[in-house]
Amino acid sequence: MAHDHTHSFDSSTDGTHATDATTAVHDHDHKPHGWRRWVYATNHKDIGTMYLVFACLMWFIGGAMAMVIRLELFQPGLQFVDPQFFNSMTTMHALFMIFGGVMPAWTGLANWMIPMQVGAPDMALPRLNNFSFWILPFAFTILFATLFVPGGGPAGGWTLYPPLSVQFGDAFPMTIFAIHLMGASSILGAINVIVTIMNMRAPGLSLLRMPLFVWAWLITAYLLIAVMPVLAGAVTMLLTDHFFGTTFFSASGGGDPVMFQHIFWFFGHPEVYILILPAFGVISEIIPTFSRKPLFGYGPMVYATASIAFLSFIVWAHHMFTTGMPLASELFFMLSTMLIAIPTGVKVFNWCATMWKGSLSFETPMLFALAFLFLFTIGGFSGLMLGIVPADFQYQDTYFVVAHFHYVLVPGAVFAIQAAVYYWLPKWTGRMYDETLGKWHFWLSAISVNVLFFPQHFLGLAGMPRRIPDYAVQFADWNMVSSIGGFVYGASQLLFPYIIWKCARAGQRATGRVWEGAHGLEWELPSPAPYHSWSEPPSPAIIARGAEH
Amino acid sequence: MTTRTTAAATLLAATLAAVAAPAHADWSALNMTPGVTELSKEIFDLHMTIFWVCVWIGVAVFSVMIYSIVRFRKSTGAVADTNLTHNTGIEVAWTIVPVGILIAMAVPAARVLLNIEDMRNTELTIKVTGYQWKWQYQYLDSNVSFFSTLDRASDAARQLQSGIDPHTVPHYLQNVDNYLVVPEDTKVRLLLTAQDVIHAWWVPAFGMKRDAIPGSVNELWFKVDPGKTGIYRGQCAELCGRDHGFMPIVVEVKTKADYAAWIKSKESQLKQAAAPEAAPASGVAG
Repeated sequence: MAHDHTHSFDSSTDGTHATDATTAVHDHDHKPHGWRRWVYATNHKDIGTMYLVFACLMWFIGGAMAMVIRLELFQPGLQFVDPQFFNSMTTMHALFMIFGGVMPAWTGLANWMIPMQVGAPDMALPRLNNFSFWILPFAFTILFATLFVPGGGPAGGWTLYPPLSVQFGDAFPMTIFAIHLMGASSILGAINVIVTIMNMRAPGLSLLRMPLFVWAWLITAYLLIAVMPVLAGAVTMLLTDHFFGTTFFSASGGGDPVMFQHIFWFFGHPEVYILILPAFGVISEIIPTFSRKPLFGYGPMVYATASIAFLSFIVWAHHMFTTGMPLASELFFMLSTMLIAIPTGVKVFNWCATMWKGSLSFETPMLFALAFLFLFTIGGFSGLMLGIVPADFQYQDTYFVVAHFHYVLVPGAVFAIQAAVYYWLPKWTGRMYDETLGKWHFWLSAISVNVLFFPQHFLGLAGMPRRIPDYAVQFADWNMVSSIGGFVYGASQLLFPYIIWKCARAGQRATGRVWEGAHGLEWELPSPAPYHSWSEPPSPAIIARGAEH
Repeated sequence: MTTRTTAAATLLAATLAAVAAPAHADWSALNMTPGVTELSKEIFDLHMTIFWVCVWIGVAVFSVMIYSIVRFRKSTGAVADTNLTHNTGIEVAWTIVPVGILIAMAVPAARVLLNIEDMRNTELTIKVTGYQWKWQYQYLDSNVSFFSTLDRASDAARQLQSGIDPHTVPHYLQNVDNYLVVPEDTKVRLLLTAQDVIHAWWVPAFGMKRDAIPGSVNELWFKVDPGKTGIYRGQCAELCGRDHGFMPIVVEVKTKADYAAWIKSKESQLKQAAAPEAAPASGVAG
């Protein structure tokens, strides 16, 4: 059904794109073989694969650190690790998961899918693409190496608040250098995404006909360019405070430690949306496909995403209500934070309306998307509660916060990434994954993730602070439940790479369309997609069929 | 699907059963407590209000989701209505209605916040300084000043592989050598600062948490309800290094008369202790 792209390309629609695309690649793939294919990679699919494999590796390393944390918290008392090492585990777990797991996974998905979804042969800047990926292994090698230097790894939390962060040993400059590298990589990746979307769209594919994943990534890329330099500035100021005698964040020289928190969270809050906006995009692709019905409210969905991105710049201080802000600031940041509930609500309601009067089936990507819908909403509720300043004076820095952000990041961002991988894997490999194993993976993940994180709401409300290696005995029971959930969740994730490996090696052949209800340019290509995705732009007819919404 | 759901329920039940074994189970610690101060009760009420608002929105939204999942299944013959793709009216409705709900939540929240930030008419001021890893309390209306650190029993039990069962230690990790003592029914103001890194002072029963930041002074107030004398426990809430988990806060609330007697005895103790050392100490300091 999808193989009619012997491209009746109409050259009258657009000149420039056509010549670029046809002259660049027409005959064979021209790819180098062996290690050169990967080290010298300029192909969006090869680079996308490397990003995804790298993200998966970092995810398992960060996950192993989480297992250390949950193991120590299984019972009261210190059984396994020193408190300093525990603190470096919480710090490194966050840095690995955010910068090594979720962000590269989204960049990998952008690399794979954006050219296919906009009708382009590749990303606009292939060598930059290679560079932005290959920075990352070096950054994370440096970060991981801090565990073995005098003083141990960074142990002041991923937020790196001074003066505590300045107390790190040799890990301090290494961590900052690693963060600079990660930031550079993200900025280059974001530039590539923007240039690709703005310049490489097939003729006739206007902005408001783009798939939601492309839209979400376009907005995310602007967020990245806006805030990663802010993080770089903040950590550079930490560096000069430590080594060059400046006192930006030291009260002894007229500086202010709270200033760091303002700068950090000016980066940090948009960062939260950098992690979750592409997830919104993915969910907006998957729910229509398995509801066999176009996305409800395409326009409002785009505007809601843009509104969330805008609001993300004016809510940062809700992370620091207890630092003692003036009343006017507290009120402002409370109200701006509550405003975010509105566009987020619009998204959730539109997803519900998409399913309404649909024809639903429940393949693994849809199951993960539905779990996202339920559990991300729970994370949204606790987020709304945290925005209420007086209540936040109780919630701040407790396990309630830990429960909140893990609900939006694990069954939120991570479930969406896994949904996306199951959804597009047949397109990438040309083979179907094992649906039974996929469902096992889903049910084990969905149940254990709730056993893991739901009790943390109770712990926080009962008064357990976050980032502690040991706790008073009244917190023992729910910590044990949470740890058991953690171990089951951690173990069941081993299924994920196995399912992918099994699919790529011996899965059943997939059709071009793959899913009965799939719409979009990527499904107009054969499976597996050709090495240079759209070597000729798709015809207006194909675009019209792809952009049905 | 039903078998799978049953399997899931069994797994969940088994997990819960496995951990329900310990006899000292404290499964009841599920929610914030109303606490013992004016502010803590206002905050608790606000928390419960937002909680129930979220629950009811959740019930509504999840009902729609579950209904769709049950009713519009392809396997039961549901056919998609592909023309149902937008409706401006409903988009406007589900934008405006939440605005109303949010305003209804913001008004009481702002009212409580105004009360929290009202530092007027405080009757007793205590300066609290955070150190790695202990607290110092200075009663600014008298000369009383002391440090408060983790008690010895907890400290022995919390060492790596100490072999001491934390359950045998009274108030494990939530006990200190010297309690902060305050009178009931008195508007107490704390001035918070720190000597080294950022700490945060938090006693859940008092409702308030605030950062103690080196180089600046924060303030908070609480007023314990009359009749609520007793001991209240909390701990540092801002990551402050290796022993962040081991700098608890214990407050003893006394009647006004008992408090007056306590502060008097504390003052005279300090005077006696300071007298013989005064001369050499001042020499060094000079």
